[in-house]
Amino acid sequence: MLLDANAGHYQDDDELVPAAEPHAAHAPSDAAVETQADLSAEIEAIGEAYARALKDGAPPETQPRLDFAPYRSSILRHPTKSLHHADPETIELYSPAFGHQDVHALESDLTIQHNGEPQGERIIVQGKVLDGDGRPVAGQLVEIWQANAAGRYIHKRDQHPAPLDPNFTGVGRCITGPDGSYRFTTIKPGAYPWKNHLNAWRPAHIHFSMFGTDFTQRIVTQMYFPGDQLFPLDPIYQSIVDQDARDRLVAKYDHELTSPEWALGYNWDIVLSGSKRTWTENEAFGDAGDEE
Amino acid sequence: MSKLIPTPGQTVGPFYGYALPFNKDNELLAPGSAGSIRLQGTVYDGAGDAIPDAILEIWQPDAEGKVVQRTGSLVRDGYTFTGWGRAAVGHSGVFTFTTVNPGPTEAGAAPFISVAVFARGLMNRLFTRIYLPENEEALAADPLLSSLDPERRSTLIARRDADGGLTWDLRLQGGNETVFLDFERVESASQ
Repeated sequence: MLLDANAGHYQDDDELVPAAEPHAAHAPSDAAVETQADLSAEIEAIGEAYARALKDGAPPETQPRLDFAPYRSSILRHPTKSLHHADPETIELYSPAFGHQDVHALESDLTIQHNGEPQGERIIVQGKVLDGDGRPVAGQLVEIWQANAAGRYIHKRDQHPAPLDPNFTGVGRCITGPDGSYRFTTIKPGAYPWKNHLNAWRPAHIHFSMFGTDFTQRIVTQMYFPGDQLFPLDPIYQSIVDQDARDRLVAKYDHELTSPEWALGYNWDIVLSGSKRTWTENEAFGDAGDEE
Repeated sequence: MSKLIPTPGQTVGPFYGYALPFNKDNELLAPGSAGSIRLQGTVYDGAGDAIPDAILEIWQPDAEGKVVQRTGSLVRDGYTFTGWGRAAVGHSGVFTFTTVNPGPTEAGAAPFISVAVFARGLMNRLFTRIYLPENEEALAADPLLSSLDPERRSTLIARRDADGGLTWDLRLQGGNETVFLDFERVESASQ
């Protein structure tokens, strides 16, 4: 059986992924007749309209637009009616509980999941998960997945002609510490070509999935690396029209975190939306509260 | 306390399939165990086509209406109800969970299951709710449902299947578009 989004439970057998089909996948498909220039013009027009709106006093946008046509797959997949306001109730004011029964400590190191060392630039990514009031989100689940150093995902739908790495799956998990901290050791992912338009490349990124203390804080996002030249060209990154908001997805290089002769360090904090729950003091400070 | 600005979401993309699913992710209860029901549905796009690359999470109280705070969702022991599950849709856009009918969290409240939806092409996760179809009185008194017009309201109410299970379809866009929820508005308006 092949690895598959639909059948798919997490499997780490190296043999499950078919080899890339260099010639077939490398040829631009007929569908991808739109050029980067076409797409960039659309992205720029949206950006300029947003800049004008800001100037006219519109509030800054902090989240991606659900309706962002330059990402072609979004056209039929965004709600056309506005989101309906609801006050979160009972179940929505809590999150599922995860713990060390769920996640082994070694799952946070993506470089030790196979017999050998993965290819590429070893990195440490660490930061904190905070809620909108700055409270650490302690003891919660963080999941990540990513392409390998060559920009290839272990997924049968990814057929672009870059090598798989038998020593890298690209999936990690951890549980945040009492101070909301997480830390992964991994490999810097490569840029990744996709078929949104001709010559479309995603900036290098790591997918992140986080839970808060309320289910309403649930977030899946992508972390990027500083200085990527593909930022202005990428419809997914640009679906966040506000530059300050986009910057919140970019990790900072941290030389203090860099480990000598071992790994480069990147720091990235995640802020969830505010908790709507009325907090008791113990909840607010978690395990650390007992020591303060 | 000073408010921090939330980190933006991004699409789950096409390649979550080797990362987010896990063994028994959609089995909040072992299938066939006492009280278990099937919750199933199909995810559609704005053209009315079922989509093969969406992943749903549900989070709900137990049959008595209690909010459970127990670990073990990712490594299920087959006995502990944790209240949370995850299901990627199949090739035909169909998802399936095994769970229990949620109980009312307060006397007289309409029981519902909270849902988070992720998909390739969906820029940010969406939240919605699945209400049980019974107890018309509670449904009529529900603050969210009563704020919706009848046609839209029906997108949040599951159908009861002959085998006791629930069927609830999700439409990302279009005439019968599912009602998706925004929990933030009041807070941002007060800033």
